[in-house]
Parts: sequence; structure tokens; C-alpha cells
Amino acid sequence: MSLKKTLFDPIFNNNPIALQVLGICSALAVTTKMETTLVMCMAVIIVTAFSNLFVSIIRNHIPSSIRIIVQMTIIASLVIVTDQVLKAFFYDVSKSLSVYVGLIITNCIVMGRAEGFAMQNGPGVSFLDGIGNGLGYSIVLIFVAFFRELLGSGKLFGFSILPLVNEGGFYNGNGLMLLAPSAFFLIGFFIWGLRTWKKDQVVGEK
Amino acid sequence: MSNDSVKKTLLVATLLCVFCSIMVSSSVVILRPFQEENKTLDIRKNLLLAAGLIDNVSASRDEINRAYEKIEVRMINIDSGEYVDHIDPAKFDAKKAAKDPKMNKRINSSKDAAGIKTRSIYSKIFFVKENGLIDQIILPVYGKGLWSTMYGFLCLSSDRKTVKGFAFYDHGETPGLGGEVDNPRWKSLWPGKSVFDEKFNVIVDILKGSVNPGSKEVYRQVDGLAGATLTCNGVENLLHYWLGDDGFGPFLRNFSENGGNI
Repeated sequence: MSLKKTLFDPIFNNNPIALQVLGICSALAVTTKMETTLVMCMAVIIVTAFSNLFVSIIRNHIPSSIRIIVQMTIIASLVIVTDQVLKAFFYDVSKSLSVYVGLIITNCIVMGRAEGFAMQNGPGVSFLDGIGNGLGYSIVLIFVAFFRELLGSGKLFGFSILPLVNEGGFYNGNGLMLLAPSAFFLIGFFIWGLRTWKKDQVVGEK
Repeated sequence: MSNDSVKKTLLVATLLCVFCSIMVSSSVVILRPFQEENKTLDIRKNLLLAAGLIDNVSASRDEINRAYEKIEVRMINIDSGEYVDHIDPAKFDAKKAAKDPKMNKRINSSKDAAGIKTRSIYSKIFFVKENGLIDQIILPVYGKGLWSTMYGFLCLSSDRKTVKGFAFYDHGETPGLGGEVDNPRWKSLWPGKSVFDEKFNVIVDILKGSVNPGSKEVYRQVDGLAGATLTCNGVENLLHYWLGDDGFGPFLRNFSENGGNI
């Protein structure tokens, strides 16, 4: 597989959320605002990329009996370090992300790529695969967050786009968009759109 | 050595754990000073925002520290309402003290309007001083909203009855609904409202919906947040608790008898 394909395939052709349906929970939790979503995406990209890199570097020395624990340990350490860095330098955002940075540990995408890709491939290509999957995750999150923040609170990145009625504007914010279930609908629409565009992703009746 | 031998398994596990623990612990140790500073600055910023001493949410470190020079911190015993000097306010952490059996007190569930179960016996009190005179009294308050414990500052003018500012700095309410407790527009409804009547009974009231501007109760009523009835109830309850007899009531009454001096 070419490097370019490794990097860009997970964005639309093999999207971790839309096709593999992994990592849904954080997609619901952190997508009420664009700003927090972007930071969350960066954190996931970094963790997926580096956990893939480290797992791949030591892949020939990992005993198969403890391989999952080894991957988990690497992922957990990276997540803690990321969380600490966010708390030190992006305090406001880390406050609004609260526990969800820590929950990257349980994000199936990270684990799935470490086990499914990095264990069989070299460090360089694994690193790219990590970035690619992180981007695939990000694109869905950004899509969801865009609509949730715009329709829910009439803002993008905290700037008012549709002035709200209770702030003297005309737009009546959609409360559902601010609650987690709306992300299910948006992800549903995303998958629908994606599968209409790329017919081969449709799971047919067998 | 085969990868799956017991020896290799133990070796890999040990090396990995050592390496990861060094990485994690060094990042925690190296970054702690930055985090502590962020935390203090954040609380100071929110205190100053509530008191109206700064109006810029993204105020710089220097601006915050300069404005903070007007603030004087004292410790009080909440129950007796008197000052105590044996606790250093810089080292006092209300969240920790509320859980420390030596410092806390269990709140009788019939009185526990704020839903916090235990609270510290002591509390910090902040004063804003202008030309040596007390201009504002700032009380740290907290209580349960819908999902989370909300932490905030209530600023009273030196008559102790009128709100100067009210702001939450930490909460986990639904963004856009209950989370609007930190919306500047809602916060701007508070200054000027009366929390007490003449006899220091708590009279502040958050309505469901908007306050009728013609009503004669306007001086003590605040608009509720749309779609956030439970969060608003939480805010009202915590105000009633912290301003009541089990909260800062004794201190505020004392304070009036002392003629407003420290």
C-alpha cells in the first residue's frame, strides 16, 4: 500500500467512525463546541500516531500473551502525558474537555490501529496510519461539531453567527443539538452521505 | 530468546513499565508548576470577573495579578461568623477541607439545600478595598446543579444585601442550556438585586421565565434560564444555603454589627 493511501484512506474510504464504527462515545461527548473538538482531535491524532509508532518499533519483541497489555500501557502513558500538557498550556480547553482526554485510552480507534496495523507494519508507515486514522476521526467530529455548535448555540468557535433570540437576535437555538443524542443523528447523516457517494461501503443483505 | 518464553515476557513487561512510568512521572513533575499557576490564575480571574474588577475574559497574567492587589483575603469560621487567624488562606483549599474529617461538618439533610452533604467549617472571605475601605464582600459558594457541583463567587456590596456580581467558575452543566450560568448576559442580570430583606432573611428568587418589569418584586427576582430549570433551582438553592443561617448568615450579620470594619 502506498504511503499516500495509508495516510488518506482512513479519511473517507476507510473511515474509523463511519465504516468501522469505532470511537463513537467521544464523538458524542466533546462535539458541542468547535474549539474543544479541534483540541480533542489534535490529542487523538497525536496519541494514535505515537502509539502506532512505539508499538511498531517494539512489535518484534512483544510476547503475544501480553501484547494487548503492552499496547494499553503505551497508549495510557501517552494519553496521560497529553492530558498533562493540555492542563499546563491549554488550561481553559482542558477544563472543558475534562475527563474525555483521559478517555482517549478507551477509544477503540487507538487500540484498534495498534493491534490491527502497527503490530504488522514498520514504524514509519504505522505512524502515518495513526495520523490518517486520527484525521478520519477528526473529520467526523468536526462535521458533527460544526452543526451542533451552529444550530445549537448559533456560534462557531464562540463567535456569534446566528444571533440567538435571548441575546437579542432572531435565531432560536435548537436544544437537542446541545445534547449528546443529536450527534447520533449527525453521524447517521454523515454515514448516509458517505455511503451514497461511495457505494462500495454499503453493507448489502446477504 | 523466543518472544513467548516466560523470561522474555517478564523482561519486556518490566522494561516497558519502567520506561512508561518514567515518562509519565517526569511529565507530571515537570509540568506541575505550570498547571498550579494556571489553576490559581483561573480562580483569581473568575474572582475578579465576578467582582467586576476586570471585564476581559482573556485578561493577561499581569492584568490579573495587578487587579488582584485590591483583594484582601481573610479566613472565617462559618458557624460562628468570626475571623480566625490560625489558618493560612494561601494554603486553604475548601474542596479538600470539605472532605477532611478534622475540618468539615456534616450538613443535616433537611438543611442541605445546596446538596453538598459536608462542608468545611472554615471559609475564605474576600474583600475588595477601595482607598482602604471595604467596597465589596466576596463569598465563595457552591452547590449541586443538574449534573455537577457548581463553584462560584457571589459579590455583595458593603451594605451586604445588594449583589455586585455573581459568577460560576467551575461547573459541568449542559453546554448551551444549564451551562449558560456562565453566560455574560445572564450574569449581568445579577448586579443590583437584593439577596436579603431588612432582617437578613434570604429573599432572592430565580423565576421560571422572565421577570415582569412592572412587578414590585423586581428588586429580588432574576430571570431563569430557558431549558435549564433544574440548574436554576440548584443556583437558587445554593444561594439560600450559603446566605442562610448554616452558611454565611452569621458572618454577614456580625459584619453589620461591627460597623463594616475589619
